[in-house]
Amino acid sequence: MDQKGYRRGSFQSATSDEDMLEITAASVDFPMADDDPPLDREMGGFSSYNGGGMNGTSTMMDFLEEPLPGVGTYEDFNTIDWVREKSRDRDRHREITNRSKESTWALLHSVSDAFSGWLLMLLIGLLAGSLAGLIDISAHWMTDLKEGVCLAGFWFNHEHCCWKSNTTFTDRDKCPEWKSWSQLILGHGEGAFAYILNYLMYVIWALMFSLLAVLLVKGFAPYACGSGIPEIKTILSGFIIRGYLGKWTLVIKTITLVLAVSSGLSLGKEGPLVHVACCCGNILCHLFTKYRKNEAKRREVLSAAAAAGVSVAFGAPIGGVLFSLEEVSYYFPLKTLWRSFFAALVAAFTLRSINPFGNSRLVLFYVEFHMPWHLLELVPFILLGIFGGLWGAFFIRSNIAWCRRRKTTRLGKYPVLEVFVVTAITAILAFPNEYTRMSTSELISELFNDCGILDSSQLCEYVNDFNSTKGDDLPDRAAGPGVYTAMWQLALALIMKVFITIFTFGMKVPSGLFIPSMAVGAIAGRLLGVAMEQLAFYHHDWAIFSGWCSQGADCITPGLYAMVGAAACLGGVTRMTVSLVVIMFELTGGLEYIVPLMAAAMTSKWVADAIGREGIYDAHIRLNGYPFLEAKEEFSHKTRAMDVMRPRKNDPPLTVITQDSMTVEDVETIVTKTTYSGYPVVVSRTSQRLVGFVLRRDLIISIENARKKQDGVVSTSVICFTDYCPPLPPSSPSVLKLRSILDLSPFTVTDETPMEIVVDIFRKLGLRQCLVTHNGKLLGIITKKDVLKHIAQMANQDPNSILFN
Amino acid sequence: LFSQAPRMFAQSCWNSASPVLLLLVLLGCVLSPPAQASKSSEDIRCKCICPPYRNISGHIYNKNVSQKDCNCLHVVEPMPVPGNDVEAYCLLCECKYEERSTTTIKVIIIIYLSVVGALLLYMAFLVLVDPLIRKPDPYTQPLHNEEDSEDTRSLAAVPTPAGARANTVLERVEGAQQRWKRQVQEQRKTVFDRHKMLS
Repeated sequence: MDQKGYRRGSFQSATSDEDMLEITAASVDFPMADDDPPLDREMGGFSSYNGGGMNGTSTMMDFLEEPLPGVGTYEDFNTIDWVREKSRDRDRHREITNRSKESTWALLHSVSDAFSGWLLMLLIGLLAGSLAGLIDISAHWMTDLKEGVCLAGFWFNHEHCCWKSNTTFTDRDKCPEWKSWSQLILGHGEGAFAYILNYLMYVIWALMFSLLAVLLVKGFAPYACGSGIPEIKTILSGFIIRGYLGKWTLVIKTITLVLAVSSGLSLGKEGPLVHVACCCGNILCHLFTKYRKNEAKRREVLSAAAAAGVSVAFGAPIGGVLFSLEEVSYYFPLKTLWRSFFAALVAAFTLRSINPFGNSRLVLFYVEFHMPWHLLELVPFILLGIFGGLWGAFFIRSNIAWCRRRKTTRLGKYPVLEVFVVTAITAILAFPNEYTRMSTSELISELFNDCGILDSSQLCEYVNDFNSTKGDDLPDRAAGPGVYTAMWQLALALIMKVFITIFTFGMKVPSGLFIPSMAVGAIAGRLLGVAMEQLAFYHHDWAIFSGWCSQGADCITPGLYAMVGAAACLGGVTRMTVSLVVIMFELTGGLEYIVPLMAAAMTSKWVADAIGREGIYDAHIRLNGYPFLEAKEEFSHKTRAMDVMRPRKNDPPLTVITQDSMTVEDVETIVTKTTYSGYPVVVSRTSQRLVGFVLRRDLIISIENARKKQDGVVSTSVICFTDYCPPLPPSSPSVLKLRSILDLSPFTVTDETPMEIVVDIFRKLGLRQCLVTHNGKLLGIITKKDVLKHIAQMANQDPNSILFN
Repeated sequence: LFSQAPRMFAQSCWNSASPVLLLLVLLGCVLSPPAQASKSSEDIRCKCICPPYRNISGHIYNKNVSQKDCNCLHVVEPMPVPGNDVEAYCLLCECKYEERSTTTIKVIIIIYLSVVGALLLYMAFLVLVDPLIRKPDPYTQPLHNEEDSEDTRSLAAVPTPAGARANTVLERVEGAQQRWKRQVQEQRKTVFDRHKMLS
């Protein structure tokens, strides 16, 4: 099979049925090829569609009519050519439509081709939803495993274990079936020794989980670490990272995400869920020819898969689509909008049917209160927005500094030890404080919760006056001692989370950012909310309160402040706008809170933008040097194309290939001596008039194939890129015609074109390179990397940090 | 084109190594329990919590009723207050309808633990047992090379006898495993050593 084919290093595949395909050199299919590095796949073959979309009218008599396997594909860590991919898809679609008139079979084929997109979305939604259900249930169970075990069945977590127990009202939070570790080992749960034993077991479990996670990542799928969103953004903008969205990455990411979340580290699972969903999308693309062979169409599917990922993370399908549109995708055609929504809905319904939280809710912190808020409360909401923006800017700066240190110094050589140390510190600091011991999702859920009469948590220990209660509508009450304890514990938790997250995000385990940011904001919001509540209770006769908050009324809801704080901090870090507000109000289920959420989100974005322009994901893209051309920034300098193009003034002249006067040997010399990814083809060296552009990879594959297969092609054969080759004396070796791999319509600009327009062209069309002409003659070339370096230089950043091609 | 589609489909299914099969098994197992499992009576309930009221202490009532019957009047039995106080009492009580599926939870946890166990075993096999079994031969040398594009080409050019195409399953699996190991090594170098990505 194909593996044997790789081994033998030819594009002859090994099985007999593929041998027959080999003669026509038509689609030899290696669907795993996407995961394989091009070293192996170079010879192995990868099919491309008819004619590469450039010029299907070539008449090559002594060469194969169909394109060679390998032509039209991309190397790892290269950028795709959007224009070529889109035109290939249009050609394919045209052919199917034309053929559909011929027979019923062809008609069915065209109908199935149109439906394949929707079927693919359905499958992606199903798979993403099931994996999210698996992750949620396992993470819940393993988080509770650090504290104890359920005797009625070890697979139950604390909440499910206590489901069936008959408890009385006064101790409704205890249940005998759930045994903490000290109860299991010692037989009792009280006393200092039991506490120390619990502490020790907690730390040991946390270390075991995180070590297992980092060993699995290192051993099986190193691409599974980190959040994944910066890399997915780069992939969606046209970059190729082979293996990043592969099967092993998917399995390892799913498994280690559960382990990392359960180990008590200050990270979330929303970012990695986007990566998991995109992996599902990429893997399922291999089932459909239309998406497997075309990189541009595949990226549409990945945008939809990202929407499905956010949708299952938050239970917010619309928010997921908007997140994909705003944060993750580069080109988002309207057709993708409807399909993304479909995928997000299917994923949300699948997750709901698996029912991870026992009450048909998708997210742990779904809130249901609908208390009104007053206009004067906008002042504390805006304060929360300012806090969120300040925290966001602080976090981005310090996290990037720490990641840079990890990248450049010796700290980066000990990833396993780093994970061990950070987990140990987190676990040791987290256990004593009840609010850091519980999982972050539970903490957020508790902070969002409005205290009802039946809540028995420490945060709801207000001084109750039962005689004056009217139903469930509790007035503002004085805080009991429990609330004061909770306040300073929460303040300590806030400080700890603010600092430990800086060191946690970016470690070599799957780590997300959303939950820790929301936790920081929720804690700050709740603190402010309780402070406001007490202020209103004790000073209800002040002018600002007397108008709307009379004694005995329920005017301030600390839970709402927590929510607004969470939105502000998340917005400050990620700089999300619309998607943030939509996600938050889908979480709460109420339209009343849109105005506070928007006020906080806008304030936090403005404050954070004033301090630093980039969000966390863009900052990580810049740190890693990915070739991502930012679509939102304006390029406002007055440079021209001639300032950016290569070759510069002192460089050797542009390496070109002539259309019919170079031999195979000459071209091979050029290809081995230089490392450019493509060469312009000109009429002759003296005239320098442009004919087209040929890619390095296509040249290499075609020449090697010709040497092997075609008779008479030797080193002194002339390579001819034109339709009608010049006649040669009969004793000369036969001509190698390579017109089919030539792109006859390369983009050109003149040397006086302002760089603003050139950058705009690169962004809007997704080009890889652009040729520069002067008075009609070829002068130089601008590649995407040159554009990125130029932008970096203009912004006074280090242009050498653009690493990839 | 269309005739090749089924063949391509079959190829792609075969080429998907164990992870994807695992995924599909997972998908099937995860989706089927909710569909098939008949809700056992202990998996649904209506839970009403009533706080202390006057001189009556707080109490929790559980009853297995449907969602439309999940309110104070149906669940709180026997009613501790006389008829005219019932409404006031019931306003204080909080009733929630809850359902869960124990089979789903059990199946998912067991699947998860078995996958983790399998991965651990495979890692132990690769680290401990594999170097002992595998004699050093040309196919494993490239694992130690830095820039191995030349080596893979020369390796790839090692001629096997034209007729004896060893297509046995074992050879294929071994070839796939070698390729996968090389890939993981490349990824490890990119991420951990050169810090080129995912810092």
